[in-house]
Parts: sequence; C-alpha cells; structure tokens
Amino acid sequence: MFDINKVREDFPILNQKVNGKPLVYFDNAATSQKPQVVIDAISDYYSSINANIHRGVHALSQLATDAYEVSRLKIQKHINAKHSHEVLFTTGTTSGINLVASGFSKFVKEGDKVMVSAMEHHSNIVPWQMLCERAGATLLVIPMNDKGELILEEYERLLDEQVKIVAVNHISNSLGTINPIKFIIDKAHAVGAAVLIDGAQAAPHLQPDMQALDCDFYTFSGHKACGPTGSGVLYGKEKWLNKLPPYQGGGEMIKEVRFEKSTYAELPHKFEAGTPNIEGGIVLGTAIDYLNQVGLHNIMAYEQELLSYGTQKLQEIEGLKIIGTAENKTSVISFNIDGIHPYDIGAIVDKMGIAVRTGHHCTQPVMEFFNVPGTVRASFSFYNTKEEIDALAAAVVKAKNMLG
Amino acid sequence: MTIKDIQEEIIDEFSMFDDWDERYQYVIDLGKTLPLAEEQYKTDENIIKGCQSRVWLHAEEKGGKVFFTADSDAILTKGIIAILIRVFSGQEPKDILEADTEFIDEIGLKEHLSPTRANGLVSMVKQIKMYALAFSAKN
Repeated sequence: MFDINKVREDFPILNQKVNGKPLVYFDNAATSQKPQVVIDAISDYYSSINANIHRGVHALSQLATDAYEVSRLKIQKHINAKHSHEVLFTTGTTSGINLVASGFSKFVKEGDKVMVSAMEHHSNIVPWQMLCERAGATLLVIPMNDKGELILEEYERLLDEQVKIVAVNHISNSLGTINPIKFIIDKAHAVGAAVLIDGAQAAPHLQPDMQALDCDFYTFSGHKACGPTGSGVLYGKEKWLNKLPPYQGGGEMIKEVRFEKSTYAELPHKFEAGTPNIEGGIVLGTAIDYLNQVGLHNIMAYEQELLSYGTQKLQEIEGLKIIGTAENKTSVISFNIDGIHPYDIGAIVDKMGIAVRTGHHCTQPVMEFFNVPGTVRASFSFYNTKEEIDALAAAVVKAKNMLG
Repeated sequence: MTIKDIQEEIIDEFSMFDDWDERYQYVIDLGKTLPLAEEQYKTDENIIKGCQSRVWLHAEEKGGKVFFTADSDAILTKGIIAILIRVFSGQEPKDILEADTEFIDEIGLKEHLSPTRANGLVSMVKQIKMYALAFSAKN
C-alpha cells in the first residue's frame, strides 16, 4: 500500500521552511530529494568501509569492493541486463552519452548519419554534433508535433543504412513525453543502426528491461532517482562494449602497461579508469532498493494522479498554457502565462517557498519549436501532494496578479 | 547627485516596505514604467544573454558623462535595470568605475544580482563598468 504520509517521513529535507513558507519542492526533474536510508548509507560507507576498491588485499578494501560489486548486481537485476559486466558505473547520464559518442568515432565515417530527436537535452545533442564534426557525418533530427510527440512516420522516413546510431531520450525533461522506445529500437535495428537511450528522466519512474527492449545502450543518473550526485550507469550490450575503444586511460582499466603498448582490462573495468565514485556507486544500489521497496508501479500510479490533478488545477488559471501535452507523459508540467516571462513567475513563487525550474531546461531547440523564451516547469515526485499543487496554483495566481 | 546619494535615496524608499510582496510590486511597477529602449538599440550587438532572461544595454557619452539605455524581456529584471540606470546613468566614468552595488542587498533584492541567477544583471553591471572604462580611456 502506498502511504504518502509515510513516504514523506522518509525525506527529512521536505520538513523545512523556505522564505518563511513550508517548502514545496517541484524541481524533481532537475534532481530528486534523498530518503533517509540513502543519507545514512553515505555516512555508513565513510564511517565503516571506506577504502579503495579492486586493488587492496586488506579487509576494508575487500568490503568496499564487495559492496560496490553487489550494487552492480542489483542494478543488473533492476534493469534486467544479461550480464553484470554490461553495467558500467559513470558519473551520470552526460558521461555515459559522451563515452558512447566518443567511441563511435570508430564506426561513424564520412557521409554516415547520426540521429537524435527534436526534444533532446543538450547533453544528448552536443556529444553527437562533436562526433559528426570529427567524422564528417550528418546529424539528423526526428521532428515532433505540437503536442510534443515524436512524428514516427518521419522517423521511419529518415532511417536508412547510413544511420549508424540513433540517440533518443526515454522521457523528455522539458515536456514530460514518454517516447515509444521499443518501436524506435526495432526500426533502427532493421537498418543496422545502434540505439542509445537517454534514461535520465525515466530512472525515477520506470523500470526499463534491457533484454526486452533489446537496447544497445541505456544511460541514467543516480541523483534524479533518489541516489547520490555524481553516480550513474551506462548499460551497454556486451558485443558493443567489446567493440568500443576505451574512453579514458588510467589505472584500473589496464591489463598490462608497457611503454611500447598497453593492453586493456576485461569488461566492465575497461571503461572504469581511475578511482571511481565508490560511495556513489554503492549508495545508488541503496536508492534502487528504496524505489523498489516503495514500488515503481505505485510511484507511477500516484504520480499520474498528481499529473492529472495538477494539469486540471493549472488549466483553470486564465491565460495559462501548458507546453507538452503528449498522450503518454510523466508528471512534468511546463507552462507559460500570456504576456509574462517565466523568470518573473519563478522568482515570485520562490518567495512563497515553491521551487520550480524556469528557463530553457537545457533544451533550447524545444523552446524554439514552441516559440517561447523558456517555460516554468513544475515536476512532481511521489513524495509531493495535491495540497502542494494547490499551493503552487495559488502562488501562480498571485504572481499573475502582481505582474499582470 | 552622487552615486552614493542616489543609492541612499533608494534604500530610503525601500525602507517603507514591510514585506517582500510590496518590494516586488514596486520593482514590477518600475519595470512597467521604465522608458523602453528604442527598438533600434535592441540589437544583437547590445544583447547580454543570461540563461533566464535577456538584457539589452546601450551607452552614450555626452559632456564627459555616460548615459545608459537598457531593457529586458523579464519584468523583474527590467525593474532592477531601472534602479541600476537611475544610479549609474548621467555619472562620470571614474565615479561609475569606483561605485559598487551593495545597496541591492540592503533593499532586499540580493538574489536578483547573484551570479548564479543567470538573468543577465551581473553581466550588465560588468558591461556598465566596461563602458565607463572605455570612455575614461578615450578621454
């Protein structure tokens, strides 16, 4: 049973005042808050088993290594990867995308094509542009419609055998759209293209199944899914990870180092150069345990309730327009009010203790598509309540009256 | 009036407000009444891009003094521009270069002039100083 009062007790940060008002945290798509078990696990790690991993023979090093590898197994199970060595620890989604984009220099040649979508975060555009510049390849963009949904007929039309990789988000950070990634993957595979899914926004809501999706690469950040900042995962199919060159050279990723030539370690270590964020990797496992304990199905169901309540409440405000109205979306509401700049709304609701994001959300092409300078984005998590949405609606009305 | 005198005067005006809504409403009203920069000055050349809001700034020198015209697409930003213009416009370059903007803290608008806000205002203040420096070098 999902008990919101009990869930809120797990998040100590929520119980505070900001600018003299109870904090309403609606910037969850930027980063999630952390439950007490995660906060405790960080402290426990440093209080009891901190040591460098994979190299010491001493007891602490063994404990830390075991905890790190247990976390990798948890993540493998969570995303149903075939092998644990297909789960690479990274510092977050951005580094996962860069690892793949950098390695794909090996496969993308002059005249080839790389495809992204019109609703990508800058992190899933720029690394591919850099790849295309290096290789002399062309970047193609899957267009979207006015609701903020990808136009799949156009996607199919753009696909051909020169497309080497398609990089698309599972869920859009500025619109909330859930993309049909299974369809995207299948169509890409039909022309021999690989697929990378940016799962940054999906990790806190969905449980993607790597084998069922037949995904080549899937990457997400720990900090958006109740885990620590600077932790993250890149899943890669074994066959791809074996073919890709190492991303960074250094300790841990080598088998033998000679001045004439070095040889590289086996997976996953080939891609994990240097001392990693050990605590981050371990505690990401704790965060995933926590999400599973609350239940991702419960989380998604409750958040959908918040989404429809919030959509209805905000739509009652005259002049308010929601940007991103896909049929299939998560609990993200991006909006504008006629004639009012989003920055002004964000600054005023902040004075009432409400944290929303304003601006272009690192998706300038999306803002350009909708012809707005930015939006106000309220993103709800499973620890938010309908009463908080009421507070947001009241604050937006007040801002509108002050600014209008 | 010197820059310091104008700043004192603004602090005085804000001291009559009891809470944030009144202060913000005042800034918003200033933003609404600010004589807009002529469209001819709202060029790409004069733009200062913040991540959140955009600011246009144009400077001219007349009789050893610098006159600023500015605008923004966000009204709170524009209101604060109105305050900054009142402080800096019509002053001599050397006085502009020596001045600071600490009075903004005292009128309770500190967060709007924070480098992390990315609304273009911090860059605008830097640009005001750059113009002053350029005009003082020219003289």
